[in-house]
Amino acid sequence: MNEKQTAVLMVENYNLDFWVDGEWYPAAIDMNYSIDAGQVLAIVGESGSGKSSSSMGLMGLLASNARVNGSVRIKGEEMLGASAATLRKFRGKEVAYIFQEPMTALNPVYTIGFQIIETLRTHFDISSDEARARAIGLIKLVEIPDPETSVDKYPHQLSGGQRQRAMIAQALACDPALLIADEPTTALDVTVQAEILDLMRNLKHKLNSAVLLITHDMGVVADMADQILVMKDGKTVEYDTADNIFNRPKHPYTQALLAAVPKLGSVAVRELTFDSAAKPEPVLKLENVTIEYPKRGRAPAFKAVQDFSLEIFPGEIVGLVGESGSGKTTIGRASIGLLPIKEGVISVAGNDISNANMKSLSLIRRHTGIVFQDPASSLNPRLPIGESIGEPMFLAGVAKGDELHRRVEDLLDSVELPRSYRNRYPHELSGGQRQRIGIARALALTPDLLIADEPTSALDVSVQARFLDLLQGLQEQLKFACLFITHDLAVVDILSHRIAVMQNGRLVEQGPRDQILKNPQDAYTQRLIEAVPVPDPAEQKRRREARLAAK
Amino acid sequence: MTEKNSTVSNTADSSIEMKETAGLSQGQLVRKRFFRHRAANISLAYLFLIVLFVFSAGGIHLGSKDAPFTIPGWWHLTINDMSQVSITHSPSGQLLIGAPTLDLNPFDGNGISVGAHPFGQDTIGHDYFSLVIRGAQQSIMVMLVVGLIGGLMGTIIGAVSGYFRGLTDSVLMRFTDLIITIPTVIIGSVIGSRLGNLGVFPLALFLGLFAWTGLARLVRGEFLTLREREFVDAARVAGASAGRIIFKHILPNAMGVIIVSVTLLLSGAILLETALSYVGFGVQSPDVSLGTLISQYQDSFQASPWLFWWPGFFIISIALSVNFVGDGLRDAFDPRQKRKLSRKDLAQAKQVEKN
Repeated sequence: MNEKQTAVLMVENYNLDFWVDGEWYPAAIDMNYSIDAGQVLAIVGESGSGKSSSSMGLMGLLASNARVNGSVRIKGEEMLGASAATLRKFRGKEVAYIFQEPMTALNPVYTIGFQIIETLRTHFDISSDEARARAIGLIKLVEIPDPETSVDKYPHQLSGGQRQRAMIAQALACDPALLIADEPTTALDVTVQAEILDLMRNLKHKLNSAVLLITHDMGVVADMADQILVMKDGKTVEYDTADNIFNRPKHPYTQALLAAVPKLGSVAVRELTFDSAAKPEPVLKLENVTIEYPKRGRAPAFKAVQDFSLEIFPGEIVGLVGESGSGKTTIGRASIGLLPIKEGVISVAGNDISNANMKSLSLIRRHTGIVFQDPASSLNPRLPIGESIGEPMFLAGVAKGDELHRRVEDLLDSVELPRSYRNRYPHELSGGQRQRIGIARALALTPDLLIADEPTSALDVSVQARFLDLLQGLQEQLKFACLFITHDLAVVDILSHRIAVMQNGRLVEQGPRDQILKNPQDAYTQRLIEAVPVPDPAEQKRRREARLAAK
Repeated sequence: MTEKNSTVSNTADSSIEMKETAGLSQGQLVRKRFFRHRAANISLAYLFLIVLFVFSAGGIHLGSKDAPFTIPGWWHLTINDMSQVSITHSPSGQLLIGAPTLDLNPFDGNGISVGAHPFGQDTIGHDYFSLVIRGAQQSIMVMLVVGLIGGLMGTIIGAVSGYFRGLTDSVLMRFTDLIITIPTVIIGSVIGSRLGNLGVFPLALFLGLFAWTGLARLVRGEFLTLREREFVDAARVAGASAGRIIFKHILPNAMGVIIVSVTLLLSGAILLETALSYVGFGVQSPDVSLGTLISQYQDSFQASPWLFWWPGFFIISIALSVNFVGDGLRDAFDPRQKRKLSRKDLAQAKQVEKN
């Protein structure tokens, strides 16, 4: 009984439904959980499982077509059915949110200091100087360098990791009893993610807040959580301590979820050997390529890629790994002629495209395809997906009319989507489905070279696993060469024959997969491999201590 | 063989499934969505009826004064016919000069009747029905031409400068600035005094040539944002030409801005036409437009309010229905547009909840 009274958040018989087209759709069914001060509860599940909306519903932050019932108590006070004034008093003060995307959650026209001060002065009766002093203190707390000057910086002047720190500082402004973190590290690089997780762990100890962590990343969960609640389709599948979930998962879904997490070194060796005598012509060849973004106004020219060389042979998958800003996407875009290069030579399927114009580029269009990072942005929102898929074939003059319809249907079949989806708009599909459309479009002309630019970064683990399976199957069938750009080493591990590692626009290391992953030579590669979170609390603890010792 | 089997199994499915599987183009889907929009459909039908009514009643008058081309309408009077002004008294004893004879009340003993001058007569005895009909014809013509020319020019200039940027953009935008700095009314009056009365068509043409600037700016801004989206790169990789990217990929995404702006342009055109007619360029007496009718008779609002109400009614009807049609088009082009929960839906939701 005593334990119940000290719980910061008590959720009992909590139901959440959405009214869509004349029916109630449940988003959360009969949830029961509680978090004590200083504890972390992780809600894990795939996108669409209701983990985000159920936690938004705790504080009444939902659209008008939502219905909640049950009981949500924060520090013993009932939140469901509370007046707007009560809710407002609790939001920010007792309950704070950290959102997934710091660039959109922070207002770009105000300095981070202003935004923190605003939160402070809404809830406390303090002078602006006092609030500013506290804001600087908070910025110091979240370890942003030079708090005195950083307080006057705008969000775009900070790096992704620093922005997320600023978000956390804002969330912590009023010493909240409960911190709800919705995918706080999903948009960040692995090395930055490790730092943010360390920070959150430290703060939890310092402030003794309860943390509700929502994530799909089992590695993050292993690093942070004391208790875990696994959700599927709005239902609680399993609710237990972290130790039990990771080491003794009872429910088959939890087991499947854990199994879907790619682990380094879990896949058998994939070798692609060529007779040294009859080595084929490379499909993509980059020689000493330098790419520069020209200066714009006062901003000086920026060398995104310097002196980069790489070859990809037919039927080979090469993983290009690096953190954000390392220039890997630039390489991918230049390889299909979307960006001009300053120095060096790029040739695709024997055609030199270094100084190509529109006409010569149209030659390589039929040999190349690209899958973009963000499926939401890479599909035209006003075009039904059937048309998006059919466009390359239509433009290349391969097929028209009924023939085109048939080919589109075949492509939908090959990426395992129902044919009836062809008239849907992109926003009616889930992220995984959209990315399959992206593949179908890229493969429409059966290219020799496929550029995959972080195609899985926006996907759930289990969706990612299915997507990688699909891609691998298609690759084995169609034998295209693939440049797979990613920040996720585990994904590269599953797919690629060779790996190239990039840092700050330069190639750091390249070689066969096993050599890079098992015996990395470069310090940067080693650090990158170390920072990948693994779904194993014991291993994460060991690494954390190693990181601390290194400091 | 397998092909055949799948067709057989398809026919077995419900017809809805079949319909869904048939590939529809963007245009077909937009049309489908538009015709589901009730207000837009009603407005479209209403607009069509007004146009039909106005042009069938007044007939069509084209060509110059020397070589007129005329199709007579079903209304027997023209704007040049004059007759004795009728003088009546209202039930309250007020003196009414040239009151409307239109009687739509079936219960006052006379039934529904049109009479000699359904919309009344103006102060010197012209049949006001023919004046209003003629005015509505002129104004619809102005709106149509301005919308077409202004809309096309604005969209194309904005799209081209937003998409190509650089030198093209600079040249086109400085040209736009130049046009913006020229006061339309002054240029209009100068041309009007030089060339005299030209009629409504050259006027509309002239207005269209000056009305596109705002739209071009908006479209350019929209294109500058949209061209950075990845789907544009995807189209480029697929081998799409610049023209195809502009018109097939980016333009439908900018449709919301264009439609809203063009609808505003249309209602603005009526006012501009009035102003220009006032300074002597465009519609000149004895010819009329809705705008000149209103400005001419705004003083008689106290004594003969119908001289104000009838042209006002036509302006409002036309402008409103154009707005609704625009609204429907915008929604049809935006696939993300969700229907807001109506009160009825919520009531239904409560009902389901109880059961």
